[in-house]
Amino acid sequence: MSQKVLLTSKEVHIILHRLACQLIENHLDFSNTILIGLQPRGKFLAERIKQILESDYQIYNIKLGFLDITFFRDDFRRGEKPLEANKTQIDFLIEDKKVVFIDDVLYTGRSINAALTAIQSFGRPSEVELLTLIDRRFSRHLPIQPDYRGRQVDAINNEKVLVKWLENDGEDAVYLITK
Amino acid sequence: MKELSVNHLIGIKHITKQDIDLIFETADHFKEVINRPIKKVPSLRDVTIANIFFENSTRTKLSFELAQKRLSADVISFSAAQSSVKKGETLIDTVNNILSMKVDMVVMRHSSPGAAHFLSQNVSASIINAGDGAHEHPTQALLDSFTIREKLGDVGGKKVVIVGDILHSRVALSNIFALQMQGAEVKVCGPKTLLPKYINSLGVTVEPNLRKALEWCDVANMLRVQNERLDVSYFPTTREYTQQYGVTKELLDSLNKEIVIMHPGPINRGVEITSDVADSQQSVILNQVENGVAVRMAVIYLLASKIKN
Repeated sequence: MSQKVLLTSKEVHIILHRLACQLIENHLDFSNTILIGLQPRGKFLAERIKQILESDYQIYNIKLGFLDITFFRDDFRRGEKPLEANKTQIDFLIEDKKVVFIDDVLYTGRSINAALTAIQSFGRPSEVELLTLIDRRFSRHLPIQPDYRGRQVDAINNEKVLVKWLENDGEDAVYLITK
Repeated sequence: MKELSVNHLIGIKHITKQDIDLIFETADHFKEVINRPIKKVPSLRDVTIANIFFENSTRTKLSFELAQKRLSADVISFSAAQSSVKKGETLIDTVNNILSMKVDMVVMRHSSPGAAHFLSQNVSASIINAGDGAHEHPTQALLDSFTIREKLGDVGGKKVVIVGDILHSRVALSNIFALQMQGAEVKVCGPKTLLPKYINSLGVTVEPNLRKALEWCDVANMLRVQNERLDVSYFPTTREYTQQYGVTKELLDSLNKEIVIMHPGPINRGVEITSDVADSQQSVILNQVENGVAVRMAVIYLLASKIKN
């Protein structure tokens, strides 16, 4: 197994600020927007983006929720082991709101597909966008593309993209791991 | 990833503390799901479940059906009263006929202790015991413990008294196993005629006096007087039972602490507990019913994940 650094801590920070600015461009004061971090790993990215919007751009009252898609996945009973759930926390109505899904890596698109189904349990959003830090090109199983992307990566199937966060893994970095 | 140590839920006796913890963690998530505007997830859309009830049931059957539907499983329900069982078909034949229609899981209630275990040995589907005679009723015990955990934070270290007809009660036996496994202390209280002869071998103590039992406990689980199972007279009159083992508001208010009142239902109002107790702040009876759906969803989800596709 070997690993290669795709993004360093400094590059991650620059990208996070750019993504925050792109969100502001489309959502202005976020009064009609809801950010949804996809559990488990999208939670960290979503919290970071919110933090940057608050501290650097003085946009407060941002609604941030977390969505777990475990029970909506299409690979139940197909994997080796049962899928363990994480906490869903959406304390507001999403009816007629602009929803931005936030996840760390976009790979096959199946998680996003499940999230699109799962979010309907909370109402009918007026539109749904997708923000990902890493977009693995040429590996999609479904016609799903991000609206905001940090970095595009070409990785083959036996490679894994691992996003690390300071608060959880001790550093901000993105690695490409070859099994 | 964690998974259950068993392929069937026959009784609490067959599972471990880790299994109970996993079921509760999963049930926490499902409790959130059933409080959403849309209370359904598609996890089990390719799973078919048969509910076979050879004994009457309202609450348990509804709760299981709802849990299955919330998970998007296909459900067929069947009551023995309208079935070929009346024509003399054996249990294995009945179930195998249902299974040949490609059913993955069977939820069964039966009047014979051991029926669920017997079935699990003889058919290929995953079996959930929804009550077998006076033996076990595992999902009821799980939802009772889940409700205690929700109300008091933890089951470990708590004192629970089970009051009433212990002899005929599968709820009592499953509860005793489940509570002890999680580190709670259990006492039973009831007329001597309604206590099993070997009750002490279960590691529980008997407290014949209801007031003393309530003063000791954190939680009182009031069992129903099951008139349909009382083939001979176990106590002189219902009135006398109520006087000695019925919980009233006056009795609760006279204790120097607030205890939690549980009841597996259906309640005989004015017999085991009075109406004002059943409807009081201390009663968690309706929470038990709500939690029943979440806990059963967790059990079905975790067992379904072990079915080979």
